[in-house]
Amino acid sequence: MNVRVLLNSRLMAIVAVAGIAAVLPAFFPSAYYYRVAALVFVFALAAIGLNLLMGFAGQVSLGHAGFIGIGAYAVAVGPTHFGLPPWLSFVAGAALSAIVAFLVGRPILRLKGHYLAVATLGFGVLLSIVFTNEAKLTGGPDGMSVPHLVLFGWAARGSETWYWISAVSFMIGAALALNLLDSPAGRALRAIHDSEVAARMLGIDVARMKLTVFVISAVYASIAGSYLALFNGLITPEVSGFLRSIELVAMVVLGGMGSIMGSLVGSAILVVLPQALTFLHDYEHMALGLILMGVLIFLRGGVVPSVAAMFARRRP
Amino acid sequence: MAEFLQFAFSGLTVGAVYALVALGFTLIYNASDVVNFAQGEFVMIGGMTTVFLTLAGVPLPLAALIAVVAAVAVGLSLHRFAIEPARGASAVVLIMITIGASIFLRGAAQVVFDKRFHSLPPLFGNDPIRIGGASILPQSLVVLAGAVVIVVLLWVFIDRTLFGKAVIATAANRLAARLVGIDTRRMGSFSFAVSAAIGAIAGILVTPITLTSYEVGTLLALKGFAAAMLGGMGSAVGAVVGGIMLGLLEAFAAGYLSSQYKDAVAFLVILIVLFVMPHGLFGRAKIERV
Amino acid sequence: MTILSTERLSISFGGVRAVDAVSLEIDAGKVFSIIGPNGAGKTTLFNIISGIYVPEEGRVRLAGEDVTGLVPERLARCGLSRTFQNLQIFFRMTAIENVMVGRHRHETTGILADLLHLPSVGRQNERTRAAALAALDRVGLAADAERPAGSLAYGALKRLEIARALASEPKALLLDEPAAGCNPVETQELERVIRSIVKDGITVVLVEHDMRLVMNVSDRIHVLANGRTLAEGTAAEVRANPAVIEAYLGVQRSREAARAVG
Repeated sequence: MNVRVLLNSRLMAIVAVAGIAAVLPAFFPSAYYYRVAALVFVFALAAIGLNLLMGFAGQVSLGHAGFIGIGAYAVAVGPTHFGLPPWLSFVAGAALSAIVAFLVGRPILRLKGHYLAVATLGFGVLLSIVFTNEAKLTGGPDGMSVPHLVLFGWAARGSETWYWISAVSFMIGAALALNLLDSPAGRALRAIHDSEVAARMLGIDVARMKLTVFVISAVYASIAGSYLALFNGLITPEVSGFLRSIELVAMVVLGGMGSIMGSLVGSAILVVLPQALTFLHDYEHMALGLILMGVLIFLRGGVVPSVAAMFARRRP
Repeated sequence: MAEFLQFAFSGLTVGAVYALVALGFTLIYNASDVVNFAQGEFVMIGGMTTVFLTLAGVPLPLAALIAVVAAVAVGLSLHRFAIEPARGASAVVLIMITIGASIFLRGAAQVVFDKRFHSLPPLFGNDPIRIGGASILPQSLVVLAGAVVIVVLLWVFIDRTLFGKAVIATAANRLAARLVGIDTRRMGSFSFAVSAAIGAIAGILVTPITLTSYEVGTLLALKGFAAAMLGGMGSAVGAVVGGIMLGLLEAFAAGYLSSQYKDAVAFLVILIVLFVMPHGLFGRAKIERV
Repeated sequence: MTILSTERLSISFGGVRAVDAVSLEIDAGKVFSIIGPNGAGKTTLFNIISGIYVPEEGRVRLAGEDVTGLVPERLARCGLSRTFQNLQIFFRMTAIENVMVGRHRHETTGILADLLHLPSVGRQNERTRAAALAALDRVGLAADAERPAGSLAYGALKRLEIARALASEPKALLLDEPAAGCNPVETQELERVIRSIVKDGITVVLVEHDMRLVMNVSDRIHVLANGRTLAEGTAAEVRANPAVIEAYLGVQRSREAARAVG
């Protein structure tokens, strides 16, 4: 396979998503649909980051919503308490997430398997407790309002605007992730997933690689969190809670670990499904749990890789 | 001093429940390598079923028995219909399946029962017993005694019976256990059944003190998992010690520092312990073989 | 010239002395084999030399420098590479991607360049791919370059590990039982590969049970038993050593006897 073909195939998925994103609004009967679709892209962005960590480097995190929380509260607290412009708060949130990830990642990523799971879980819970209890800054459990994002005098508001912002951001995020995978660092990450000892024996600084991808994934989550807050205009500690972290992991696993476009599919399933199931009223959670279990049992590789494998089988 | 005792009593009571949940985690993990995040739902099922049966006029002992049986049935079904079919899936996928199960069970509880908080009458009344200036509810003693009895029974069973030996063998090496003729799948369903029973009993005993509702399971699963890891995954002693420690930590943190940050202190300590001892208090480091 | 040496290396696990005061002097550009019955401490010795275990006593020197206790990734950058007895393949990757990872220490692009896929990354990828393909070709796997590693046969995986290690351009290459599980044809192919590696000036340290392979390719043979040095010499010397026959071939013979009976 020559490099040009590789490049083309790498960008093809993104071109396809761009095409769909451009055509989709023609089928939206109301602003509500823009809103749901924007949420799909925002969560998919966070899921891509987590997928780099989980699906490629093989390191689990049950606390990634903590970084969503940092990004979300940055754009709320920055303008409200420190008079920073929203765009600067957005950047500051991403930087803060990177710094926090860098500091906690060092000791946390030395842990393996379930110990890593419980440590990241604890980290996420700690952050959400801080957001809940520092009421002076964050408004406590009731949350706080978020001012609009204003760029050069233009205010980003409304579901349609945010649909375009989040779709474009998702595509940039996906392109960067796909670039990374087709690079020395990306190969090193994937190697770590399969055999740390072999990776080390080939000169890969495993600890540094894990930390790097942890920081990258934290920045993805943080940016998604900022978008979420700016788009909703309101933020509560719930965005950074344990259930959000689990939801993010579920998106990655459902779509397919190690599949960047799978993250979009996983996000679409978990954002749209609860909206689609509301007609079930009290039975909503039962149905959600059943669907989650069913998909994982029967398509345990995730939706995108499993479907791709089915097509590959049909075409010998 | 009285204050210290007071915090210790409440910490021990909550810690005993965490210990039982952690013990359930450990049992299932040892028998089947599954980290069962639906563990907390067993506690919820035990408490809620007993509450609703007594409300319907069933005498408390019978209601409690039925609740335990119900939890065991749920545990066995969980193993049969969700874990067994996914055999061979990755650890993360299995965890997500148990989380799916816990969402389902919570949703079901919301439909079968309701969304309110409920309590049960304590076994020996509500008059606190005074010890060294501190007071303890009789029900707390019941919880502690129950936890001790369960731990002792489980230890005797595992240590003294052939079946128990098979459980240990399965935990140590699944393949080797199968080769000597142990039905490891039966070990799996057995561990789910026992874990469910332990969880349900914990739920029944603690409901008079902490109340119960359809959603108490989530936090309990979280704390139980944390306790199991604090002790060292796979170690039964570690699970019990980890649970008690977590309960005490929370109680002292709530008493002396800040009740808002009691959960934070618990998780902070877990992080620090894991940073210093990456395999928990009682876990052993594996020698890497390549 | 000595490229790799150990000086009275010792390590114990749970009170058992797995490696006990083992000293090696390995000449550059030669094939040095370590043999011994199962449990003699051969792989443990490899694990110490390659930085996976830290020895309790003794020193390891690579190209004259003391590298005792250095982590594997540092040793790799010093020019040491190895394969593994129980394959450590990157199963989620293709054959050529496995070998491309072996080029890691020669790749220079930074993480930001990687994320943005700057032109330098493209050129880097091309160089890496070309070098990886050459390494695959050396072990006779060029035709399987784009196949998923998981779909290759066992013997091919053994050679894939060698190609991956070769791609890192090591000074010394440790091979841990490369012929285990290989059929006679594959073993012959392996012998050819080892000879070609040495011809390029790379020192090969071989742990192997296949005696014919060992006797054919080795310049020197070091015999271990119960963690201790039993003998060292050329193939002919070792073969004639009574202690070796007693400890090593004795086991072999009784095993053959057991096989005949069972």
